[in-house]
Order: sequence, then structure tokens, then C-alpha cells
Amino acid sequence: MEITVHLEKESTTQKINFKGKNVEQLLQQLKLNPEAIIVTRNEEILTEEELLKNKDNLTILSVVSGG
Amino acid sequence: MKCFQCKEKAIIELQHGPVCKTHFIHYFEEKVFKTIQKYQLLEPNDKICVACSGGKDSQTVLYLVKKYLQIHHQDTKNLKVLAIDEGIKNYRSTTLKDLKKFCKEQQVELKILEAKKELKYTLDRALASLKKKGKQEKPCHICGVWRRYLINKGARELKCTKLITGHNLDDEAQAVVMNIFKANTSLSAHLGPISGIKDHELFVRRVKPLYFCPEKEVRLYSILKKFPVQFVECPYAEEGYRAAIRDMLNDFENKYKGTKQGIISSFLQILPLIKEKEIQTNTKPLRQCKICQEPANQEICHACRILGDLHGK
Repeated sequence: MEITVHLEKESTTQKINFKGKNVEQLLQQLKLNPEAIIVTRNEEILTEEELLKNKDNLTILSVVSGG
Repeated sequence: MKCFQCKEKAIIELQHGPVCKTHFIHYFEEKVFKTIQKYQLLEPNDKICVACSGGKDSQTVLYLVKKYLQIHHQDTKNLKVLAIDEGIKNYRSTTLKDLKKFCKEQQVELKILEAKKELKYTLDRALASLKKKGKQEKPCHICGVWRRYLINKGARELKCTKLITGHNLDDEAQAVVMNIFKANTSLSAHLGPISGIKDHELFVRRVKPLYFCPEKEVRLYSILKKFPVQFVECPYAEEGYRAAIRDMLNDFENKYKGTKQGIISSFLQILPLIKEKEIQTNTKPLRQCKICQEPANQEICHACRILGDLHGK
């Protein structure tokens, strides 16, 4: 499935060809530590177990501040 | 995943189970309020200064301290906000804009101390000047010294009896591990939920109500409360030693839940011993800087020594 991911820290948006099912697997594919980020979809907070759908639009927020 | 308390949709899995938005907010606020009470971070007649950068930690701690005062029927007029403008182009102006907006919403008085006025240098100018002189100083080092100096000075000028900072569990766990790895255990004597010299006319005691709150929970809370926080990266931000410790602890936490909390719980057990040893070893009385009269460990304080380098002394 195709997932659009906006990364807050990098200020980039990319389309991902995702073969998994849930947020946890997406983070593994993106090599992101769940401790350091928060995933949202339409401003709704997602847990790692949340199932993803084709054409989902996600924002990955950074837990760490920029200072 | 459902909240274990009400079966609503969960937003985070805590150590005791998954929780929804409502129960997370309640859990988080209670944790902060209990920290304030258990460690007696605030007393009824305290005049409080919250050191704010405008980021998620400082906005969260300001909001919750105000809420705590209201719950306990204490006067929120005793609550002041202090921000330091170090003079970092394209960075601090953004976070201060967020902070001004937030303080207006929260109806709290904001005081901004500018390094340019107080020390006659912006951080940008100081770094450029030192570079010209061939002196390589780390920006975060100078920034840290100046910030601590100005925050203490500002809080004292506001006649505050407590200085609140937004340090969270991750900040503290990183500091504890860094001090162990670098064999600087004596520096850890200055850590803990409450620090600084008690009843000293030059020092305002520092307290950390977010001491037991992991950074991820603080960010989550700030998102849920819709605080005006933008992600802006400091142009001098370094992926240095602390960042390596942070990443290591996050990797460990991801594999072994409760790692950071474990570090802090263990640390709090040995902190009285570290403090006792520090008192026995460090017998030198605190001095007053002979240039600026601010507190100093040596004849001249650290902030003035940096200014001395800038003036070529």
C-alpha cells in the first residue's frame, strides 16, 4: 500500500511503499524509534498497534525539541 | 487498542496499561501534582518564576503550575515567567513568539532578559568574535552558562523564591548517565527534583515538577492541550555526546520498558550520599564574582570569564 508520511523534524513529505499492516511495522521500515516520535493521522494520535490503510496520510512528530 | 479504564480508544500504552486521551491527561497531571507535593517543590508563600523557552516542556510546566496553584487556592499573581533571549537569529524569535502568545492566553506576566542588553553580546556575535580570535568554544557551552546566569539573576530581580524549570525524566536520566560515563559523579549532586543552595541571598532554588514525566508524555500532553509549540531547530544544535546518550537510552527504553524510570529511581536512592560527599569534599564557600557580584565558584564567575575572552583579556 502507499502511505504519505510528513516528517516534522526534517520538514519533508514522502510517499512510502509499505508492505506491513500497522504503525509499528511502518516505524520499523522507516528505522524510527517509537520512543522518539508520535504518529498522527488527521490530528488523531495513533498507537503502534493501529492498522494502516492504503493512501493514509500520516504526520510523524518529533518528541525531542530542537534546542 | 482500548483504554484499560474506560474502553475508549487508547492513545498511548503506559506501564500499567493502554489509556485514552482523558485518562492520559488525568494520569499526567496527577503525576506532576504528586511530584510537587511529595518533594515540597512549592510552598504556600512562594513567589514563583517559571523559566520558559517557549518549547513544549516550559509551556507544559507553566500551565500545570498555574493549575496547581488554582486547585490549591493560591494566588496566581505570584507566578511570573522569565525567558532568556540569547540572540540566536532565526530561532529564538520563533520560540519567543509562541511563548508571548501562550503567556497572553494564560494571563501571566512575561519578562524577557536579553543577552545583548545584559551582557552586551548576542550569542551569534560572541561566537563570531571568538572564532576571529581563534578560540573554539562550543555554542551550547556558552549558551548554557549565560542562560543559567541570566535565569538566576532574573528570578532574583523578580524577588522570586522558587525557580521552576521544564526538565523532564529524559533530561535527568541523560544527565545522570553522562555524569557516570564521564566520571563526573560530583556534578550529579546538583541534580534531583529540587536543587540549589537553600536560603542563600544570591541563589533562587530550582525545582522540576516534570521530573518523573518522560519526554514523550510531555510532547503528547502539549499536543492534546493544543499548546502553541512549533518545531524549530537551533542553528547551533549539535548531535554531540548528550544526543548519543539520548539515542542509547531511547533504544534501551524501546527494548526494555522502564529503563529511564529505573535510572531515576536508583539515582534518587543514592543522591543523599552524593550530596553528603560533595559537602565534605567541596568546602570552599560560595563567592561573589568580583566583576559582576553574581555567585561564583572562583574569583570571577564563568559568564564573566567568557566575556573576558571576548574582550581579549
